[in-house]
Amino acid sequence: MPAEGEPVLIEIAALTKRFGGFTAVDDVSFSVARGEVLGFLGPNGAGKSTTMRMLAGFMIPTSGVARICGHDVQADGIAARRALGFLPEGAPTYPEMTVGGFLTFCAKVRGFGRKELAQRIDHAVTLTRLESVMLQPVETLSKGFKRRVGLAQALLHDPPVLVLDEPTDGLDPNQKHEVRALIAQMAPHKAIVISTHILEEVDAVCSRAIIIAAGRIVADETPQDLMGRHPSGRLEDVFRQLTTEVA
Amino acid sequence: MRNVFIVAKRELAAYFATPVASVFIVIFLVLQGALTFNLGGFFDRGQADLNPFFTFIPWVFLLLVPAITMRLWAEERRLGTIELLLTLPITQLQAVVGKFLAAWAFCAIALALTFPFVITVNILGNPDNGVIASGYVGSLLVAGAFLSVGSALSALTKNQVIAFVLAVAVCFVFAVASYPVVTDFLSRNTPVLADIARRIAVIDRFQDFTRGVVSLRDLIFFATFIGFWLFLNAVIIEQRKAD
Repeated sequence: MPAEGEPVLIEIAALTKRFGGFTAVDDVSFSVARGEVLGFLGPNGAGKSTTMRMLAGFMIPTSGVARICGHDVQADGIAARRALGFLPEGAPTYPEMTVGGFLTFCAKVRGFGRKELAQRIDHAVTLTRLESVMLQPVETLSKGFKRRVGLAQALLHDPPVLVLDEPTDGLDPNQKHEVRALIAQMAPHKAIVISTHILEEVDAVCSRAIIIAAGRIVADETPQDLMGRHPSGRLEDVFRQLTTEVA
Repeated sequence: MRNVFIVAKRELAAYFATPVASVFIVIFLVLQGALTFNLGGFFDRGQADLNPFFTFIPWVFLLLVPAITMRLWAEERRLGTIELLLTLPITQLQAVVGKFLAAWAFCAIALALTFPFVITVNILGNPDNGVIASGYVGSLLVAGAFLSVGSALSALTKNQVIAFVLAVAVCFVFAVASYPVVTDFLSRNTPVLADIARRIAVIDRFQDFTRGVVSLRDLIFFATFIGFWLFLNAVIIEQRKAD
């Protein structure tokens, strides 16, 4: 249910991915408008990462289309990827590069010239609080810092669409709070999709939640409506109820 | 083109950020030196040329070039960084060519460090430096040919050992394709293939260069060979980037 009057920036239509006989994602459709933060929930192996990979244009869908800002991610991939900030699962980065070197590489590929490049990196580094580790090789960093390097890379070009696969995984409670605050702060100007296992996060930052189980969407509503589905009013119980029925 | 160079620069820096670069260069120079002096009889021949040097270089490359290329894509797959690289706004081909150019530049650096051989023959005699130069051009092209094969095969797997072994095997086939052991066998059974084998043999083409002959035909051969494998590399990445 995209917000009234805001442009739809992410469109997924009948996306399906099969690996041999196994259907990982089965006819998934949704769209996200600017100003929305969509929480993408589901048990492990439900197809969250597969859907996000197809949305980022990394995985080729068996059928269906994904569009970012109107650009088909397969047919018009470069334009779609320009508008996208993507944090892949596990926040992969080149281990031998320094944080500064890595972000410079990403910013250059994004087409920023000297002066703007420095500003963009400064801005992303301030948002993710990486100032103290700029000269360290990524492989020497803690899990939390690595995750934030991945996040900084996704924010460099201030993209209208953000797709973050488990952005708070491996962060301590304070860092989690900071990342959530950051997402909430950016929310009005972007369409954001985050996947997570942490249900309190959905309540804290998401304006809408989709629960996916065995490759299918089993719920797509606001966190408040979702909580109303179970007498206890707890998201945890709703999640268990919805995802164990199918599996 | 800009993206190609950005990728190439990062990749080249990655070689030097790890011990890969120094280990490779040292082993390459020691091996190449030992073969040239001992097996090649560099001094005993009493001739002012680099023939013993160029005789061994394709075989040294056969062994060592796959060690440079094995990580190009297999490592990206293992670390998951391929997902990052290919969701940046660059095309697969730009990434493929960028990585290849970085590996090629690295080989060029290693090759350039064999300059003491050139100085030595020039001090001891009056060699034909034109022949030496064309030999170096040929060496660089052989390295490029093997690199393109290794890079494409590295895209098939996330295991660097598999990438290395496959690359050595396939490069070996292209190296010895014109040798009697292959062509005799083929001409007995399928004469058409024997003719093809003679034409695609990398070592044969290289020998023209070591005689000081730089022909357009050979240059086109190497350009086509490298182009074909890089194209194949891009196709492999496109088809199985997420596997």
